[in-house]
Amino acid sequence: MNLTLQMWRQRNLSDEGGMVQYEISDVSPEMSFLEMLDILNESLIARGQEPVAFDDDCREGICGMCSLVINGIPHGPDSGTTVCQLHMRRFQDGDTIYIEPWRSRAFPVLRDLIVDRNAFDRIIQAGGYISVNTGGTPDANAIPVAKSEADLSMDAASCIGCGACVAACPNASAMLFVGAKVSQFRHLPQGHTERARRATRMVEQMDAEGFGNCTNHYECMAVCPKEIDVRVIAELNQEFLRTELTGSE
Amino acid sequence: MILDAKIPEGPMAQKWDNHRFRMKLVNPANKRKYKVIVVGTGLAGASASASLAELGYRVENFCFQDSARRAHSIAAQGGINAAKNYPNDGDSIYRLFYDTVKGGDFRAREANVYRLAQLSNEIIDQCVAQGVPFAREYGGLLDNRSFGGAQVSRTFYARGQTGQQLLLGAYSALMRQVGLGNVTLRPRTEMLDLVVVGGRARGIVVRDLICGDVYCASADAVVLATGGYGNVFYLSTNAMGSNVTAAHRAFKRGAGFANPCFTQIHPTCIPVSGDHQSKLTLMSESLRNDGRVWVPKDGDDHRAAPEIPEEDRDYYLERRYPSFGNLVPRDVASRAAKQVCDEGRGVGSSGLAVYLDFADSIERLGRDAINQRYGNLFHMYEKITDENPYELPMRIFPAVHYTMGGLWVDYNLMSTIPGLHVLGEANFSDHGANRLGASALMQGLADGYFIIPYTIGHYFASGSFEPVETDQKEFEDTKKSAADRLQRLLDVRGGRSVDSFHKELGQIMWEHCGMSRNEGGLRKALELIPALREEFWRNVRVPGGNGELNQSLEKAGRVADFLEFGEVMCLDAIGRKESCGGHFREEHQTEEGEALRDDEGCSHASVWEYKGDDDFPVMHKEPLSFDLVKPSVRSYK
Ligand SMILES: Cc1cc2nc3c(=O)[nH]c(=O)nc-3n(C[C@H](O)[C@H](O)[C@H](O)COP(=O)(O)OP(=O)(O)OC[C@H]3O[C@@H](n4cnc5c(N)ncnc54)[C@H](O)[C@@H]3O)c2cc1C
Ligand code: FES
Repeated sequence: MNLTLQMWRQRNLSDEGGMVQYEISDVSPEMSFLEMLDILNESLIARGQEPVAFDDDCREGICGMCSLVINGIPHGPDSGTTVCQLHMRRFQDGDTIYIEPWRSRAFPVLRDLIVDRNAFDRIIQAGGYISVNTGGTPDANAIPVAKSEADLSMDAASCIGCGACVAACPNASAMLFVGAKVSQFRHLPQGHTERARRATRMVEQMDAEGFGNCTNHYECMAVCPKEIDVRVIAELNQEFLRTELTGSE
Repeated sequence: MILDAKIPEGPMAQKWDNHRFRMKLVNPANKRKYKVIVVGTGLAGASASASLAELGYRVENFCFQDSARRAHSIAAQGGINAAKNYPNDGDSIYRLFYDTVKGGDFRAREANVYRLAQLSNEIIDQCVAQGVPFAREYGGLLDNRSFGGAQVSRTFYARGQTGQQLLLGAYSALMRQVGLGNVTLRPRTEMLDLVVVGGRARGIVVRDLICGDVYCASADAVVLATGGYGNVFYLSTNAMGSNVTAAHRAFKRGAGFANPCFTQIHPTCIPVSGDHQSKLTLMSESLRNDGRVWVPKDGDDHRAAPEIPEEDRDYYLERRYPSFGNLVPRDVASRAAKQVCDEGRGVGSSGLAVYLDFADSIERLGRDAINQRYGNLFHMYEKITDENPYELPMRIFPAVHYTMGGLWVDYNLMSTIPGLHVLGEANFSDHGANRLGASALMQGLADGYFIIPYTIGHYFASGSFEPVETDQKEFEDTKKSAADRLQRLLDVRGGRSVDSFHKELGQIMWEHCGMSRNEGGLRKALELIPALREEFWRNVRVPGGNGELNQSLEKAGRVADFLEFGEVMCLDAIGRKESCGGHFREEHQTEEGEALRDDEGCSHASVWEYKGDDDFPVMHKEPLSFDLVKPSVRSYK
């Protein structure tokens, strides 16, 4: 099939950037979306132009590196799918496809479709862990966890930290991301002693990074490639309130 | 090159204990005086950085992804082994040790493998304490599954995302140390070279991938945890950025490279669909717990899979290996798949695939149970192939997956360059000629959490350290050579893209140094690779500049290193005149087509020493001795 691509191009952080149009032909429906971009880049290089910069690594939907807004939707039209797992059979001959980077104050564009997501790492640094050092831990089976709770924990823990939730949210809120980490630990006995501190610190850091607030649009859940449920946001709010009410840090 | 493995004295089960007692310690107050560079934030790198920082060392940690959490370990699916014997099915440290030595086809160092089995249990404890949500049974205790090459259930897992969960555990421990100011993290930063001062590893040269700055970092020791080099084949299950650069540069600075030709071809990957293919997707080995592998008995049978009746199917693994069946080790399963395809019985449009069929298990256990176990893998399969594996059997084919070869290390995980330590897939240590499933995660975490924190202290306490400055000659020279090389790549301004060279190299490697190898083919590869390399440096086109984010330049540097390293792999494959594990030399096979090892002539690790760009590297041998597990013909029949 033949496609028209409207692509965001931006040289660096300080460049204004803008949309550029490319035509691409002979796209096979078997290709993944990123393989289609590979072909575009090969043709740009052959014509002496600079290829489009985009982030990717695993191409299996797990590393969270790929991050494109396709026709206005982070990760594109398929639900529960990262853009590296999106295939061209989803598009039709003659389509025009708009391709842009994540848009959020907290995720500045570094080049073309690549953004800086270090804000997420800093949120985890603020409290997204259980404070255990290496060694001297009890036998793994000494801490039984009900299967239902372990499953809820795992559902939340499957977050890949891609940032699509932020890109989709009208307020650029990171609540789904933060909620997922808080929920993972909330459903496990390990690390309960620091649950109050964890929620407070992560939320404070989230605010400091310039992410917005959640006003229940739930766009985040709609685009999340791991289909993380907004119940984690409710759980985050409960953990946070619990701290406020009990005043315990 | 002197290869002293430094294996401690004493009975096998006490070696590590004795060694820990005899190693020198660094006084807690003095630890802050030492700085360690860790390259890599995968399971090995992240666990090492966090653990070293907890002890009080100052750590500077590098990775090329935008976040430490995205290291390739994140993609591991199936699970991690440990000798807990929770299912009470007869497992023990000794059995895990035995299975690993045998699975590696008797080409690994016994003492290292024994220590790995000993540490395996502590890893699970550590991960659970960090909040890794492993799969559990209804009673709340941990669940186990089986993997190839073992007859016990010893694999711990978190759905099909075990690597993700283990890595996020190590990453959060690392983030905690970053938050405490004990680790300086440098994401989107690529190591280009190693700096050796006075014979010791004292620093690295890196490039900031955002602004293009090339600069040096110095330390008292360097730890490489940079993963495997499977991408030398272009198509592999590795992430796009996985590379050999760090290890190859260390090799060129004097570190011995062990068993470079030992690569693992994984039997269950989604087949190639066309020329545009950029990578291959693994379908976890755990699927062989419940999936049955088959092809039609008759190559001309083109009926759809469900219409082929039982009597016309050949469940060739169950037929040839009745005791292990579908759970034979990877090398055996891959070769068997290749054989049936070579016989013309492969399925799918290319004929390069076999079926992995879940129909029986779905009937026995129900669709829900299968969904619980493998839901995300089935989902992934359907995304890629547009076929529903609940209704049609999966089509699978072997693909390059893991590299057992790596930088040579002694028992302390130190390379032949003093101060340069190597962890995880980047070293050669524990898997011999074939790695068993669920053992890489175990090894990466054993190296990072439980071995390097001790052995690096011993290294520091055993000598005195001159202070170094990054403006001294050794650093400046190394930096200049790295920067010059980048400029040379940009200056070629030829007509071919980096990817086109990478693809061509991959084809050469797959054809001549892939699933089966012979001397003629390897010699041919040794003519083709230098010619391709010569063309690369004459005709590659790297657009853009140096002082900016330039992905073509990043790739060009990596491919340039693959183009040198591929040759070392082929030399090693020629030199090893036997078949063992993943290394199948067509000249060395039994009448039934099984691998034929040569224990008299080849019971060694082959370790390559760099001798300059114009000379061939020289091979040294570390002899292997087997005191506990007597090498036998590896039989899974
Ligand atoms: C799809 C897949 C599934 C797997 N499933 C399993 C499984 O179920 N069980 C199992 O035991 N094993 C599995 N494996 C193998 C296992 O995942 C890997 O061997 C292991 O994770 C490697 O960990 P590592 O820490 O050594 O390296 P990696 O995780 O590869 O990390 C390498 C790190 O080094 C950095 N790096 C590399 N080069 C440079 C450079 N030049 N400069 C700066 N930084 C650099 C990277 O940024 C990264 O942080 C699987 C592998 C694949 C590909
Ligand atoms: S590239 Fe890893 S999730 Fe898409």
